[in-house]
Formats: sequence, C-alpha cells, structure tokens
Amino acid sequence: MLNDKIVVVDYGMGNLHSVVKSLSRLGGEVLSSSDADIILSASKLILPGVGHFAKAMENIQSLSLDAVLHQAVLENKIPVLGICLGMQLMSQYSEEGQQKGLGWFDANVVRFDFRSTDHLRIPHMGWNQLSFSDPHPMLIDVDLSDEFYFVHAYHWQCNNAAYTVANTNYSYPFASAVARSHIWGVQFHPEKSRMGGEKILRNFLFHRFEDVTE
Amino acid sequence: MYRPRIIPVLLLKKQALVKTKQFGKSIYIGDPINAVHIFNELMADELVFLDIDASREKRSISPQFVKKVGEEARMPFAVGGGINSISAIKSLLQAGAEKVVIGKEAATNPEFIRACTETYGSSSIVVCMDVKQTWSGKQKVCYLNANKIIPQDPVQYAQLIESMGAGEIIIQSVTRDGMRTGYDLSLLQSVALSVQTPIVALGGAGTIHHLIDTYHQVPVNGLAAGSLFVLKGNGVLITYPTNTRSLFSI
Repeated sequence: MLNDKIVVVDYGMGNLHSVVKSLSRLGGEVLSSSDADIILSASKLILPGVGHFAKAMENIQSLSLDAVLHQAVLENKIPVLGICLGMQLMSQYSEEGQQKGLGWFDANVVRFDFRSTDHLRIPHMGWNQLSFSDPHPMLIDVDLSDEFYFVHAYHWQCNNAAYTVANTNYSYPFASAVARSHIWGVQFHPEKSRMGGEKILRNFLFHRFEDVTE
Repeated sequence: MYRPRIIPVLLLKKQALVKTKQFGKSIYIGDPINAVHIFNELMADELVFLDIDASREKRSISPQFVKKVGEEARMPFAVGGGINSISAIKSLLQAGAEKVVIGKEAATNPEFIRACTETYGSSSIVVCMDVKQTWSGKQKVCYLNANKIIPQDPVQYAQLIESMGAGEIIIQSVTRDGMRTGYDLSLLQSVALSVQTPIVALGGAGTIHHLIDTYHQVPVNGLAAGSLFVLKGNGVLITYPTNTRSLFSI
C-alpha cells in the first residue's frame, strides 16, 4: 500500500480536491492527472466526477482518455474506483444526454422514475444508508448504520445482479455500490461521507487485487 | 433510510463570518475556517457559505477562499454570492465546493440556470430565493440584499426555476432572518407543495424544535439556519445537534 501510486483521473469535471485530500489522509502517494503515462503507471485509479454524463464523456473523448482508460483498466487490469458520475461513466449508456459510457459493466444509467411526494424528491440529495447481505472486500467494517452522502438525479440499472455490492433505497432500491473483479463503483461520495466513506476508501486502497480474474 | 439534512448557513463579509437580522446590520461572528474546524468536530451534515457583498460588488465569492474551505471541510458544502457565469461555477467546483448557490442571476435571468444545469447537471446547481413580506402582507421574491423585487410570486418563481432544471431550491425568508421565532411555515408549505424539486428551508429557526416541527409539517429536504448554529443569546457560540437520525425519529 505504502508504495502505491494512486492517480485520480482528471478529465476536467468537478471536485478532485476533496478526493485527493481524503485519500492522502489514508496514506500513500496521491496525485490527479490527465496524462496517459501517469494514468498507465498508477497502481490504483480513481474515476471521480460531478456533473453531466454526456459532457463528461465528451471531455474524456476530447482528451483521448477513453483509450487510455480502457488500456489501463481492461488490459493492464489496474484497479479502479468510480465515484458518483465516475461510477455512472463505467456503464454502457446514460439517459443523461443520451450518451454511451465506457461500457465496463452491462448496466445503464437512468433517471429516478417516481412522482415526488413528501420528502422524497429528485435529485436524491443528502444522507442515506446501504443495504447488503453478501460480504465483499469493499464492505469490510462497513455497518448498516453508516451514512453516505448522495447527490444525483440518475442511477444505475444493472442488467447483471452479480455486480451489485450494495443497494440504497430512495423510493425504490437502486445499486449504490457495484463491483466486477478490480472495477469498483460507488454512487455516493465516500470522500464526503465521514467514517463510512473512509472505510470504503480504505478498503479500496488496502485490498490486494492480486489475482484479477473475470 | 433517507433523512433530512441540517445545514448551517455561514455569511461572509470581507472573508469574515457575520450574522445579519432581516438582511440588515451584521454582527461579527469569527473566522470562517475556524468555524469549519468546529463544524467538522460537530459532524455537520453540510455547510453553505454565502458572500453577502459579492453581487453588489459585481464579483463572485472568492475561489481562493473556497479552496481554503475545501482543504478543511470534511463535509459537503455549497457556496454562493455573485455567481453569474459558467466559468465562475467551474472554478468554484474545482476549488472543492459540491454545489453552487445562485441568487440574483437566477432572479434576473432564469435562463442562466438552464445553461448551468446543461453543463453541470442539476445536482450541483442550487437556487436561493429570498422572500420578503411587504407592508400589505404579500410575499415578494427579491434579490440584491432584498433591495429589488421580481414580478413573479414565490410559487410562480419556484416553478420557473424548477423548469430550468435547478437541483435544489433554498427558500429564505428575509423577514424571519435572524429573528429566531421559527420558519415561515405557510411560505414553505405553499412553495414545497407546488414543485417537486428538493427544498431547503432558511430564515427564522431559533431552536432545534423549529427544525423538527417544520420537517414534520412541510416536505423539506434540508433545514438550514444561521443564528441557531452561531449564536447563543447575543454571544457567539458554534453549536450543532447530535444524532440527527433520532431527532427526526428516522
């Protein structure tokens, strides 16, 4: 872990600062970059993101980062954690701007679909919890009572239930933490989620992704 | 389960923390970064920083200041004051804010909100509507430190803002600001029930019970306050409730 180089992928959308800061607090060398060589030399990657799906994909393409990310994650098997929009970008397609994603998961991103009544409104903004039954390295030490900070109007729709690590209920349950071997994603902001978030980040940083198999 | 947020709103004047009463004279509270440290310890859900001179001085809240907050804040935070361009939003989000709060520019040019949400998605874009009661008892939406009013009433304005895609609307009662007598429930009720966008109540909270009662009576997503979290009587004291979940019986 201590020799790890964590690279937060900078594709020009939002808030890299707090991600870098909370990872640095946990130890290890953390930097943000959009440089292909730096991304490819990372021991672990973070794909962050705040904002609009289609705009984010446009940015990634215009920086030619899509090919770099495919190479890093799919060929070189560098472990990656997608956060919020970053998790959404790992899907096939999003309704937000009708845009194709990186396609690392057989999942689509759809807008919350319910008529807002009472306190449940769209976007889903604020503190919520996870529900999970099966253990996963991402969830070590995570409690059902831990709170996580969410800010999103669109959510994952998994076509393969095996990807789901945890769900969150907001009018209905949706996949809020997902994984496929070394590719992890969370819809909430672990860097803004106090102890619960710190556990998730720590689990990602300390997990040994040695035998990456599909 | 989802629960409402309790949000301290911190007012900035020349980079110092202040508190106003009915948007009038302000008193000095302290150093904003010091307040962030205390709210970290108290585990506040979220913070909002508003630079109350920025619009009048035709500038936005300082990205350098926001960066300093971003380096210290362990919780999500939103920033507002004089934001009237996409490039200003970009620099504030990059400086570490989760969300930006837009007041005057939304009131005078609602299409701006659509442009913002098309770039940043609705989740990062919050509109703060200031509402003051006139002598005749009518509620008017106002801007520029409550010196100017717009033609739409609060409900019409909230619906307009919603149609532009804003992710959240802060309803701030100018009349109740700093009064600590409770939120304007009828204002909150009328607006919250006319839109589906998340609503944050602001202006008037003086006790924790004001927060709890409002949550149970109005479908709000956030309960924000200034005085409640920075003053005790006439003295400065930074406080924050513990165990929010049980407070709301969630």
